[in-house]
Amino acid sequence: MSTKSIMIVGVGGQGTLLASRLLGAALLSAGYDVKVSEVHGMSQRGGSVVTYVKYGDRVYSPIVQKGQADLILAFEQLEAARWLPFLKTDGTIIANTQKMDPMPVVTGAAVYPEGVLDAIRCTGVQLRAVDALSLAVEAGSTKAVNVVLIGVMAAHMDIDRAVWEQAIRDTVPQKFLDMNLKAFALGYENAG
Amino acid sequence: MSKQLLIGNEAVARGLYEAGLRVASSYPGTPSTEITECIAKYDDVYSEWAPNEKVAMEVAAGAAIAGARSFCGMKHVGLNVAADPLFTASYTGINAGMVIAVADDPGMHSSQNEQDSRHYAKASKLMMLEPSDSEECLQFAKRALALSEQFDAPVILRLTTRVAHSRSLAEVGEREEIDLKPYTKDPMKYVMMPGMAIKKHVVVEQRILDQVAWAETTDLNREEMYNTDIGVITSGITYTYAKEALGEGASYLKLGCVYPLPVERIRAFAAKCKKVYVLEELDPFLEEHCRQNGIAVIGKEAFTLQGEYSQSLIKKVILGQEDASVATDLEIPARPPVLCAGCPHRGLFYALKKLNVFVSGDIGCYTLGALAPLAMIDTCICMGASVSALHGRNKADEANAKKSVAVIGDSTFMHSGVTGLIDIAYNQSNSTVIILDNSITGMTGHQDNPTTGKTIKGDPTTAVSLELLAKAVGIDRVRVVDPYNLEECERVIREEVEADEPSVVISRRPCALLKYVKHKPPMHVDADKCVGCKMCMKIGCPAISMKDKKSVIDFTQCVGCAVCSQLCKFGAIKEGDAK
Repeated sequence: MSTKSIMIVGVGGQGTLLASRLLGAALLSAGYDVKVSEVHGMSQRGGSVVTYVKYGDRVYSPIVQKGQADLILAFEQLEAARWLPFLKTDGTIIANTQKMDPMPVVTGAAVYPEGVLDAIRCTGVQLRAVDALSLAVEAGSTKAVNVVLIGVMAAHMDIDRAVWEQAIRDTVPQKFLDMNLKAFALGYENAG
Repeated sequence: MSKQLLIGNEAVARGLYEAGLRVASSYPGTPSTEITECIAKYDDVYSEWAPNEKVAMEVAAGAAIAGARSFCGMKHVGLNVAADPLFTASYTGINAGMVIAVADDPGMHSSQNEQDSRHYAKASKLMMLEPSDSEECLQFAKRALALSEQFDAPVILRLTTRVAHSRSLAEVGEREEIDLKPYTKDPMKYVMMPGMAIKKHVVVEQRILDQVAWAETTDLNREEMYNTDIGVITSGITYTYAKEALGEGASYLKLGCVYPLPVERIRAFAAKCKKVYVLEELDPFLEEHCRQNGIAVIGKEAFTLQGEYSQSLIKKVILGQEDASVATDLEIPARPPVLCAGCPHRGLFYALKKLNVFVSGDIGCYTLGALAPLAMIDTCICMGASVSALHGRNKADEANAKKSVAVIGDSTFMHSGVTGLIDIAYNQSNSTVIILDNSITGMTGHQDNPTTGKTIKGDPTTAVSLELLAKAVGIDRVRVVDPYNLEECERVIREEVEADEPSVVISRRPCALLKYVKHKPPMHVDADKCVGCKMCMKIGCPAISMKDKKSVIDFTQCVGCAVCSQLCKFGAIKEGDAK
């Protein structure tokens, strides 16, 4: 098969790295060649962060560029809009409805735009908006937002649910396992 | 043997381990840090964080001469610090294999410049290998140790951010145990005084000729012949971009060894192709080699000296194709990185803002203090420069010496700040140096350092006392403040900048992200008392925002540091959950 490209975008500290590791592990056990490109260092401190995940028979470049992503998983509304140009025109974007003010908005130098999700929908791409924070709270922790979103994404991909659950078992510490499996299930079942 | 999904840095560590590595010494620096962090997980390799890259490279050289396969790793700017031993280790050569990893950062994801470290290979006359993915990281690391022994010289392994931090599959194998090689006293080889070095320089020049001959045939450089209308000469990550962009529509000469370069092999490849492109990020290093040897290529005139390449750039320039994309018409505010909620640097920078002083800055998380709303850093050049540049400023403009300070982290101070402080004490400038002691090397992801009392493996060890060190170099005025206490910070720093002698203020509080740090419950705003004056917004805390003209605190981010409550004149910010 030809190479598929996924982007996971969000705000530093939201757990996008764990999400990309889970995705990488699931794709690997599904038998694909996989490349995952992560962001470390300066960009993690509350800044806009992006991780690229690519899979197929043979993956060369680890990065995704404008108009190349089949799917974008956005952890925050503004980040969904920021990275939208990287989506293929017929691609799917899954957006957490959570809003986090960037520092220029906090200081009053900029405004957080209104109607972000509607604006994304108007471009003609497939949008699936999810309130992952509420589902994470339901699962037992605000920190499970990332696994809820992985659950939503899993429902939009062609990989067995059991493969995902095994990847979670292999990646998440034992004491948080039940909570994370519940978060995954809530995301999977509310994927729309 | 098994295939694992490893980041490039992890794969380098694995390759070195499998090839019998015995000693590793490094200083952390994005994007190189994880190599040594991963080596530290192997119990049969001695590993350490050195105070700086120069020390690390000398440790590795000493170990190699003693007969142990050795390693040191650093980011590109770290190689500047280690350049002194680099050039002369090229003359002495080694005994057992020695590998130096250097990680460049095209696009400056986390760096203060975009230098191309390949020039160091040429300048120091040392072989440099450049892998394209994790499998090559693992294999090239092993080969580099063997090549180092074959040619009696250190070998440099060059990574870039996308190779260092991308996960891809690598074949993991077993470790080969290699005994310590016997050391034989040989001053003509290991003591570089003019009489010996003159003779060794001849050896170095012959070695390069030998390595060029090797480069003409090695399997680390390989041709992939498909359509010969387009020929591509490339290496490292750019090879993967070219393959994705052009596939079998082009032929490739993939160079695994970027210094020294073959001549005949490149000439032969170019002769087979109609149009030849050199694809390389940053400087025209491969391109100039081609031109020097009369090989016609298209390079930087069609591409760029700045930032990263990509499959899209290559497709656009060579094929004239672009992928269709959509965008909203919204104005999207930038989201720059910020100091974390509860970061001890925040209170200190706020105190500096109130004092309205010139701040000579340095490299670390606290460089973020340059951004609004704190915006309290005037200069940032390189590791350690805060201290020495402040001394220079105060010697140049003594009238304003009482309106200036330097800020430097604990790890950066150990790296190269202490030498500047010695200059301040020795040559007596009226300078105040603030050491932001958060008990860890923060920005690179929490590495221990000589002040933390723990080794790379987490074992207890001697901790450098910053107070005693400052006193020992000749600073009499040394004080410690808690950056969570705004009144104390402002008062003490004011007293120290106004004093007629050099001084050191240690702003001490562990990084809020450290696991052992116990946090208080989140603060909350009493909406009845909040008048919406936005005083609490002046510290740029990501946990505080305004909603309906009142301040609100995000309980998921707040760690209860209470710095904001010291700013509120109305007593509206209270400790503990609102219940």
